[in-house]
Amino acid sequence: MEWLQQIINGISLGSIYALIALGYTMVYGIIKLINFAHGDVFMVGAFVGFYAITGFGLGFFPALILSMVICAIFGVLIERIAYKPLRNATRIAALITAIGMSLLIEYGVIYVRGAQPEAYPNVLPNTTINVFGAQISSQSLFILGISVALMIILQFIVHKTKIGKAMRAVSHDMDAARLMGINVDNTISATFAIGSGLAGAAGVIFGVYYTKIEPLMGVIPGLKAFVAAVLGGIGIIPGAMVGGLLLGVIESIVSAAGFSLWRDAAAFVILILILIFRPSGIFGKNTREKV
Amino acid sequence: MLKVDDINVYYGNIQALKGVSLEVKEGEIVTLIGANGAGKSTLLKTLSGLLKPKSGTIHYLDGSISGKAPQSIVKTGISHVPEGRRVFANMSVEENLELGAYLRKNTKEIRKDMEHVYELFPRLQERRKQISGTLSGGEQQMLAMGRAIMAKPKLLLLDEPSMGLAPLMVKNIFQIIEKINREGTTILLVEQNANMALSIADRAYVIETGKVVVSGSASELQSSEQIKKAYLGGH
Repeated sequence: MEWLQQIINGISLGSIYALIALGYTMVYGIIKLINFAHGDVFMVGAFVGFYAITGFGLGFFPALILSMVICAIFGVLIERIAYKPLRNATRIAALITAIGMSLLIEYGVIYVRGAQPEAYPNVLPNTTINVFGAQISSQSLFILGISVALMIILQFIVHKTKIGKAMRAVSHDMDAARLMGINVDNTISATFAIGSGLAGAAGVIFGVYYTKIEPLMGVIPGLKAFVAAVLGGIGIIPGAMVGGLLLGVIESIVSAAGFSLWRDAAAFVILILILIFRPSGIFGKNTREKV
Repeated sequence: MLKVDDINVYYGNIQALKGVSLEVKEGEIVTLIGANGAGKSTLLKTLSGLLKPKSGTIHYLDGSISGKAPQSIVKTGISHVPEGRRVFANMSVEENLELGAYLRKNTKEIRKDMEHVYELFPRLQERRKQISGTLSGGEQQMLAMGRAIMAKPKLLLLDEPSMGLAPLMVKNIFQIIEKINREGTTILLVEQNANMALSIADRAYVIETGKVVVSGSASELQSSEQIKKAYLGGH
């Protein structure tokens, strides 16, 4: 029953990837930018949660919500300051700016508080549940539950609310969306806010689950979430969810099979394979250019 | 209702409109005809705010709209049906219509107007839940027009509604344009199908390489030898 346990662990890890991947894919969907600073928003979220719990004595949920709100604001600031002035620039210029933004956040945090890691306080009860002989921690189920709840809320926002419809319209055809009276700048900001809020939630969840956080913690999960987004089909929201979960499970299986040193490599091997054999991802359609 | 005075519009360094002036009066159907690349679509895009004129004024109702953002222009009652329909292909017919009413708040009235759009285009009602990318070209044109009407425009800008459609569908679309006009919406129609456009229009402007070269009543232009030769197939 070791396997079942590993798969559950993989799903928990994967749900964190999925939460981060959603921000990547939403931003890509709307302005065709790979926001490489997104992993660092995740890191900032983890630290906001940490200080909220240790400094202000908040519980898990208030800390989670505070972190989401601050990251949402942070994400909008990044967009307004760094990306909005480049809206009509070449895509490579925006991409390089994103990398610069990422380094700025990482080393800005180190400058402000130092590079030392922190131990995340234990805010969730952790008992072990026995399911069909597999030992499953209540924390991983809890994390999975919160991630799924956030994804359901996101689906509701994107499909049922006015701002969600505006987001889909802008991502499909910016000029046509303008002709409907949609304020494109505000819609892009809302997309950054939602994506960054999810990354903030992922940061707190990651901190609680893995207990150690540090200023460069966003780099590898950020890259893996990017792989997850590409795996699912970049720009497609359900793709990011499935891609994240799948990647988490694959990593856990690779570890369980005795190749734990190769765990990180697995993600990038997947990226290479996807780019060779199915560049549009699992849910992507091969887009044909219309003449 | 709309008065365009001496506007100049550029794409980078290329001048697309050179001192264009025109006027649309309330209740009219005015058509703008001309060859490919003459600047017809550029003019509509400038009116709806997608492009900004470098100089010149656009006067609409009681104020100037030149250089305003598209969302504030939509709010003043101008809806633009763009060339190539540009429906949101990944969304259902109904969602497209809802987006047309994006700036409106009164859900009851929006519902009522949606019913009205379905009366104008019964085909859309049959396909309410269908993803609009799977509609035929004619149906997408209907959807693009329905979507624009959902904003309750006073002035409707139509860019090449006949493009790529079968003759029967073109006839159908033009009948609906006339109907929309009779219900009180003023129309500025850009067309390459000059015959069809002149047959329903009150007045017309002919535009060539960014300039208005001829204007007059539709019947005058229909009988003008010069226009016949250049735009009506020379019969």
